[in-house]
Amino acid sequence: MGRAKLPRKSTNIDMTAMCDVAFLLLSFFILTTKFKPAEAIAVTTPNSVAAKVAPDKDIVLITIDKDGKVFLTLDNEQIKEVVANALNTTMNLGVDVKAFKKAGFYGAPFSSLASFLQIPEEKRRGDLLPGIPVKDSTDNQLNTWIRVIKDAYLGKKMNLLLKGDNASKFPAFKAVIDAFKKNDEQKFQMITNPESVPTGSELWKLTMSGEKREE
Amino acid sequence: MAEMDTSGGGGHKKGPGVKKSKKLSTRVDLTPMVDLGFLLITFFIFTTTMSQPTALKLMLPKDADKPEEQNKAKESGVITLLLGKDNTVFYYEGQLDNTASNFKSSNFSGIREVLLDKKSRTPEKDLVVVLKASSESTYKNVVDILDEMTINVLKRYALVDISKQEEELVRISVANNAAGN
Repeated sequence: MGRAKLPRKSTNIDMTAMCDVAFLLLSFFILTTKFKPAEAIAVTTPNSVAAKVAPDKDIVLITIDKDGKVFLTLDNEQIKEVVANALNTTMNLGVDVKAFKKAGFYGAPFSSLASFLQIPEEKRRGDLLPGIPVKDSTDNQLNTWIRVIKDAYLGKKMNLLLKGDNASKFPAFKAVIDAFKKNDEQKFQMITNPESVPTGSELWKLTMSGEKREE
Repeated sequence: MAEMDTSGGGGHKKGPGVKKSKKLSTRVDLTPMVDLGFLLITFFIFTTTMSQPTALKLMLPKDADKPEEQNKAKESGVITLLLGKDNTVFYYEGQLDNTASNFKSSNFSGIREVLLDKKSRTPEKDLVVVLKASSESTYKNVVDILDEMTINVLKRYALVDISKQEEELVRISVANNAAGN
């Protein structure tokens, strides 16, 4: 009797199915990646060792570009509506509320705000716009903006964020801070890129010993 | 492993007179493609959540109506940093002398040593850093100096307005530095 011959089975596994699944998953993740919207205002923020993540709700974002021009962004739709109505009643600007709500940011003096909103969105780029006038301390329009926004928030917490460009000069920053101070807003946050703590420094020693950083 | 077989069947009947053509195996091994696919997936999994900008908190001092309020800090514990043009930093301890003899210059890399030195010499409850930026300094300078505060764990600091005299002094010193180099 011959030895029972074990039928030799092929050891090649057909991997095409796994390949399909892999590409399906890949497509899913590619499509669900949220890309940051193309910045209308080009700003290079400085680096800092701060570890706190910037908030993304109820923010009032003030952007200072490299020429010192100031732009304002609001993210809450209801607040935008209240602000638009307040500006129309107090300053008689005749601003179109719908266009105001649709706008990604505001960067024009009050007198030309209505015409600013008429510019088509692609053309509203930071380098072409005048920005909110702040340099003149007698006519710091940002002051009025913040007062109106603060009233619109009715005492609810709003996150004041400042995004400045590396090359912007101090006077623009100072004017923005003065607008905050005039409205009694003592706390605000500056958006920066994360950076690792330099080794050997005091802060590094603090984190190495496990103590929590004071924010 | 993963492979595609495109040899198309080797069992042709050979016609008379046809040379015997050698059918080379055309098996394509797809394992590297699957590896790359998974690498890309892992990349996207990790990058969708990781790049959030961080925020640096700053608290402003309440505007003091009386100038005496500003000098309440004990003089021996105060070091004032002035930010000038072209990433220069000047500093002096205590009050500014009439002859400005204690007005020294540095830059962003050297200032850490100065701060650590001051920190080691002063008891913690007296140590206050006063930051003043001239009109020629940039936003980056301000953020960098605030970062230095965090890096050196200096808890008491304040960003205040620069006086005309100091602004002039900074301007002259920057010009001197530039001429001297």
